[in-house]
Amino acid sequence: MEKLSRRHFLKSSATVAGGMMISFHIPAQDPSQETMIGPVAPMTTSELNAWLTIDPDNTITIRVAQSEMGQGVLTALPMIIADELEADWRDVRAEHADVNRSIRQAGVYKRMLTGGSGAVRISRPYLQQAGAEAREKLIKAAAETWGVSRQECHADYGKVHHKATRRSVTYGEVAGLAAQLSVANVKIKSPEDFSLIGLPKPRLDTPEKVDGSAIFGMDVRLDNMAYAAVQHCPVLGGRVRSFRFNAIRNMPGVILAVRFDNGIAVVAETWWQANKAAKALPIQWTIGDEGKTHSETFRNEYLAALGTQGTSVLKQGETLPALEVSEKIIESDYLVPYLAHASMEPLNCTAHRTDEGLSLWLGTQDPESALNAASKLAGVAPEKVQLTNCLLGGGFGRRAHTDIVEEAVQIAMEIDRPVQLIWSREEDMRSGRYRPMAAMRFKAGFDLEKQVVAYTNHSVTHSILRDLGAPVDNGIDPTSVEGLSNMPYEFSPKSITHTIKNTHLSSYWWRSVGSSQNAFAMECFIDEMAEAATTDPILFRKQYLVNRPDLLEVLEELRQKSDWNKRLPPGTARGVALHECFGTIAAQVAEVSVNNGKADVHRIVSVVNCGNLVNPSIAEAQIESGIIYGLSAALYGKITIEKGRVLEDNFDTYHVIQQSEVPIMETHWLLSGGDKWGGLGEPGLPCVAPAIVNALHKITKRRIRSLPISDYYLQRA
Amino acid sequence: MVRIKVNGEFHELEVELDTPLLWVLRDHLNLTGTKYGCGIAQCGACTVHLNGTPSRSCSIPVSGVLQVDIVTIEGLSSDKSHPVQKAWIKEDVPQCGYCQSGQIMAAVALLEKNQNPSDSDIDNAMTNICRCGTYTRIRKAIHSVANVSGSKT
Repeated sequence: MEKLSRRHFLKSSATVAGGMMISFHIPAQDPSQETMIGPVAPMTTSELNAWLTIDPDNTITIRVAQSEMGQGVLTALPMIIADELEADWRDVRAEHADVNRSIRQAGVYKRMLTGGSGAVRISRPYLQQAGAEAREKLIKAAAETWGVSRQECHADYGKVHHKATRRSVTYGEVAGLAAQLSVANVKIKSPEDFSLIGLPKPRLDTPEKVDGSAIFGMDVRLDNMAYAAVQHCPVLGGRVRSFRFNAIRNMPGVILAVRFDNGIAVVAETWWQANKAAKALPIQWTIGDEGKTHSETFRNEYLAALGTQGTSVLKQGETLPALEVSEKIIESDYLVPYLAHASMEPLNCTAHRTDEGLSLWLGTQDPESALNAASKLAGVAPEKVQLTNCLLGGGFGRRAHTDIVEEAVQIAMEIDRPVQLIWSREEDMRSGRYRPMAAMRFKAGFDLEKQVVAYTNHSVTHSILRDLGAPVDNGIDPTSVEGLSNMPYEFSPKSITHTIKNTHLSSYWWRSVGSSQNAFAMECFIDEMAEAATTDPILFRKQYLVNRPDLLEVLEELRQKSDWNKRLPPGTARGVALHECFGTIAAQVAEVSVNNGKADVHRIVSVVNCGNLVNPSIAEAQIESGIIYGLSAALYGKITIEKGRVLEDNFDTYHVIQQSEVPIMETHWLLSGGDKWGGLGEPGLPCVAPAIVNALHKITKRRIRSLPISDYYLQRA
Repeated sequence: MVRIKVNGEFHELEVELDTPLLWVLRDHLNLTGTKYGCGIAQCGACTVHLNGTPSRSCSIPVSGVLQVDIVTIEGLSSDKSHPVQKAWIKEDVPQCGYCQSGQIMAAVALLEKNQNPSDSDIDNAMTNICRCGTYTRIRKAIHSVANVSGSKT
């Protein structure tokens, strides 16, 4: 049954025009495909190692352990392997690696989590090694076939050559033998020998994304599949007390209801029927004190907590006496709200419990956690859980959570059919896992010469790790202080403290995590300090970055590329921000004006140093993607709580930017090379809000210290 | 029983009349290229053509499209050869790709009405949401189609 349902999926996905990355190759049976060098050509696909297979027709299939959620891993990671492999790029196709295999074979795919801008940053060395070892096997196989020394042979563009005798053989012809060989001590290339890395190759997944044939989790279609929708308690933490299934029993298509602690799922023949019935289902809830909370209460509590001592994160010297003798002290409080991820594809998961095990289909950033969570809930051994990782319609961190999987499995346990659970957009947005709310207080002391003589910072943040049950016993969630604890400016003495403060909402990874809120507050306060020191914001930053030549270089490049010193029309201004995260330095200048009380962002110039680039086209798209995501958050993003309920539940209330609001974006690379391969999925985001807010201050002469910007009616001073 | 015409083919379906066209396409006809994003005609992921007009199928009951020519992303071409699809490939527009069916259907409708849209025409017509932020390449792709077809006339 297990095999059967998987095959059904493949068959049915193929009917939707060719399927996606998931397909099988039909083994070649034609003996005429035997080659001139003898019958070494395999009749079937040959696996050179867990990362790649080669077909007799030279098709190379590369398995990608990270999930494609738009960031281009199905192209960039195969480029890394194919470069070492000396493959002909035209032969390469890509697919998601099989998580079940990684669990059965002791983590053969190493890190399968997608997050932390880590695809290239973390997996590059072992992907290069995998490609290089496969190449060596192919060369060795050809050399053995020819009876010549390996040293006389070399590989390029999908072939092995023996120069002396002008013989060559395709990878497809020697793959069968190569797969049986072993190699040791294989060295990877020097960067100057890269043949693919650094080229703007088109994405492999583009063609199927222009005709509707790409298969996202929600597009899985199985024989006899039912659909499920859910109604969660509107107050997070609330519980189901009772519900009246009889009220919806006779609605069209309704099959059954499944009770969770915090909501009820309704299963029906189609999703529309399921969702209509789920919305109509009368449910009585048990709601505690969390039902009395408001955004206003949270704000007051967070600001009050800023006045407490907090836990020391970093202390250099004594700030108190230094502040006492300061000529001038500035102090500011910053505040950011909870944010929803709002991926375009609402969360969904398809599950089928059979006698043999459990099958899951979804787009997940963390297939191992998804599989293990399902295994535990269903009481099925992990190796008997098959998980097909589909394309992700956006992720931004949200799709690493297992909540949707756990619900789908609970439903699948109650019905003898495959079932596809889809959260409506409203459920997706209201059901938690937000970017944390945070408040930050900064204080700086200056001497008579306007030099910084003391710096303190206290942050109060909803802890993601605490929500996840991870130990934060020392009072510090390191993800909450990213960008604050390691801020690069040389202020001394300094004191950085932190307080964890969680509410009844749940928080989760959101694109760039702590940097998303901390860079905003930090870089705005740096501008306030520059103003107090009556220094140009870029010059001020440079003054305190003397020991960071890499940051100085990026800032100087940005100063030039952004026309920092050129005049702008009246009412228009530039603001700057600088941040380092996930191994990458990014700095941005935003050009902004104010119209009808609102910020109008015209242009964002970025200078980025991620060390090396795999694919400049995808890399540029990632920086722009981070900017657009950050722009939506800076201008409009907020989750509002009233009586414990989340008010924003769809794109009419949770505004995100549209085509008409997109600024000109210019991305400049300042690549330092070497061993630095920084992440790119997130570093484009953190500087957006502070660069805009710093520019707005020049126009309005008022400091914005909370987000979103649309909370303010802006006026030219 | 309702009868609708999708991509040139007639289909007879047992479906409640208030079912939005989107769910008829996805759950009854397995035409999954048209996406569910919001259900309230805000995001445009579900955009299809109704007699050539771009329309948000999540908010149109099937009873309203019985006499209508419905075209979905699957009906644009059988081989990705529509000029807009080709432009999307050339500019490498999609990231996650989830919104792109709707973006392409909106762009096709715009270009059928206006062979050489200005930036503000694009702003006005292309109100579809993309969370990956592919907007710049979408604009570029639309202009590139306009330039190709413009050079023919």
